[in-house]
Amino acid sequence: MRKLRVVIAKPGLDGHDRGAKVIARALRDAGMEVIYTGLRQTPQQIVSAALQEDADVVGLSILSGAHNHIVPRLMELLKEQGLDDVLVVIGGIIPDVDVPKLKAIGVKAIFPPGTPIQDIIEFINSHARTRVA
Amino acid sequence: MKTAAETEKQRWERETLAPALRQSPERAGSFTTISGRAIERLYTAGDLAGLDPARDLSDPGQFPYTRGIHASGYRGRLWTMRQFAGFGTPEETNRRYKALLRAGGTGLSVAFDLPTLMGRDPDDELALGEVGKCGVSVTSLADMETLFDGISLGDITTSMTINSPAAMIFAMYLVVAEKQGIRWDVLSGTIQNDILKEFIAQKEYIFPPHPSMRIITDIFAFCSKEAPRWNTISVSGYHIREAGATALQELAFTLADGLEYVQFGVDAGLDVDDFVPRMSFFFNAHSDFFEEIAKYRAARTLWAEEVRGRFGARDERSWKLRFHSQTAGVSLTAQQPYNNVVRTTLQALSAVLGGTNSLHTNSLDEALALPTEDAATLALRTQQILAYESGVPEIVDPLGGSYFVERLTKDLEEEARAYFARIDAMGGMVEAIERGFPQKEVAESAYRFQREVERKEKIIVGVNDFAQEDEPPIDILYIDETASDRQLARLETLKRTRDHARVDRSLDALRVAAGTRDNLMPHILEAVRAYATLGEMCDALREVWGEYEEVPVI
Repeated sequence: MRKLRVVIAKPGLDGHDRGAKVIARALRDAGMEVIYTGLRQTPQQIVSAALQEDADVVGLSILSGAHNHIVPRLMELLKEQGLDDVLVVIGGIIPDVDVPKLKAIGVKAIFPPGTPIQDIIEFINSHARTRVA
Repeated sequence: MKTAAETEKQRWERETLAPALRQSPERAGSFTTISGRAIERLYTAGDLAGLDPARDLSDPGQFPYTRGIHASGYRGRLWTMRQFAGFGTPEETNRRYKALLRAGGTGLSVAFDLPTLMGRDPDDELALGEVGKCGVSVTSLADMETLFDGISLGDITTSMTINSPAAMIFAMYLVVAEKQGIRWDVLSGTIQNDILKEFIAQKEYIFPPHPSMRIITDIFAFCSKEAPRWNTISVSGYHIREAGATALQELAFTLADGLEYVQFGVDAGLDVDDFVPRMSFFFNAHSDFFEEIAKYRAARTLWAEEVRGRFGARDERSWKLRFHSQTAGVSLTAQQPYNNVVRTTLQALSAVLGGTNSLHTNSLDEALALPTEDAATLALRTQQILAYESGVPEIVDPLGGSYFVERLTKDLEEEARAYFARIDAMGGMVEAIERGFPQKEVAESAYRFQREVERKEKIIVGVNDFAQEDEPPIDILYIDETASDRQLARLETLKRTRDHARVDRSLDALRVAAGTRDNLMPHILEAVRAYATLGEMCDALREVWGEYEEVPVI
């Protein structure tokens, strides 16, 4: 079986990429194929990356409070591209009140500050399935 | 058996320590600071061998200022209690500022939202969902007028955390002062204006490094004539540290950035003593208590020696490193948030013991959101308790002479110099950044620390140990979308009512000036007076200089 392919993306204008980079490296060390998009990616660019890279997982790092605009757009575009089986998870600062809305549109997990990386690795391993290219 | 070469410490280790360790072993085989620096169990006079107190540890107020830049420490004036704040619209933030001033705050500090930091107007596609979220939205002079409505700029000092568009935001502040009838030469405050740490750590850059550096030297030149009391730059280690750097890396990269700005200023034809006295610094106050104190002491020493040694600065104001500090946002936990009050108190104490000139203490809820007013007030009270109840500010550099603190200060100085040598060998900090050197160093340290947390080699109370199930949620500040709607409406009105011909003329002049060696500040001031927006001014420069894109390294 091929390795899980993970796109780590940083949408929005925020440049605080410590979390995204640490996670990208930890997932790679855990045996996944990781593609880090870099900063300031629009939902369209992230979906294109997921498509091109044949991603099984899209991990978003969002700290700025822009999630209510970015994530619905991203989920819509994934669906349009037939990528609704891609596992979408978010790491960062998401107020509790917004969590149900994000889950309702298909985000499978939200990892707040302080989440052990091992938990993230286990979640991805048990919830992502490798897509058939 | 005692030999002639045995030191006092070795004798103690043999006679007293060894039996004690047999009785009760130590908690770990080795101990390190939060930065991974190995720490010995005991420091004695022997650790200061080679340190000549008369030469290396001058008195407070004397070169190289290891013990502080003020002879009487905080006995004359306490540090400035400057709480960083900003959210939503200029009206909302203006109300928070007035509350902070009423509560006894002694300076303002403006937090801008991401579109403002990135030089984009609220109606820009990339601003979607970000307006007013992480700070206040300031789009034009009209917003700046509202932000300081009812606050006389002659009576306060203001720090503005703005980098790529610093010249435009500063110009807006200057024009507000002009309209209030306050002369620029009495204005006091700081713009962060530190692009190098943006390339290294926080990544809020717009233009490529060289034009970015040119804006900064233009500001140096402009202020030395027009606004001589203004701090033209706040060379910042804070963000480098937050991105994962060790204390040493924060120290070394920040000072190397500072030296690069001096070099560019000198290369632009400025006299070192005309602009270096208005440079200031900004450090993180992180959790490892003594390492932080040593870091501040080392920073002052290094700056004094390097500025005098490398650039021949003669004015003692050029030698004195003045700094703001802020407690470590990255150390705050979403879990058991009240623990953050304790963390912040200790971090603030280290900054005070290290001689900080101004201080921001974080609020307990900042791992979750921007702070509520109650949380922000408690953070300010923390500083007031330190200042008025602890007794700490009554003594100048009370840790001076501590075997441990002095050794650590010296070690950090020496190791920072080794970093300077590596950066110099690359051709300076701009070149080092273009090679990704500091970025890689910081990413490496961030990953090392995370692994230590995962393995519980470093404990974070309430997170990887002493965790608690079913914590009750706390009330947080929730920024809704109405701020964005209101800013969009204001912008629309502005664009309808201003003098279009004057806006266009001023933007054309700015574009032309960007291609010459003219100082940009007068052109930016004219565009600001015409109510050109921040986005329009930045776009004019983007057209000439292009935008920077980094190659991400993981």
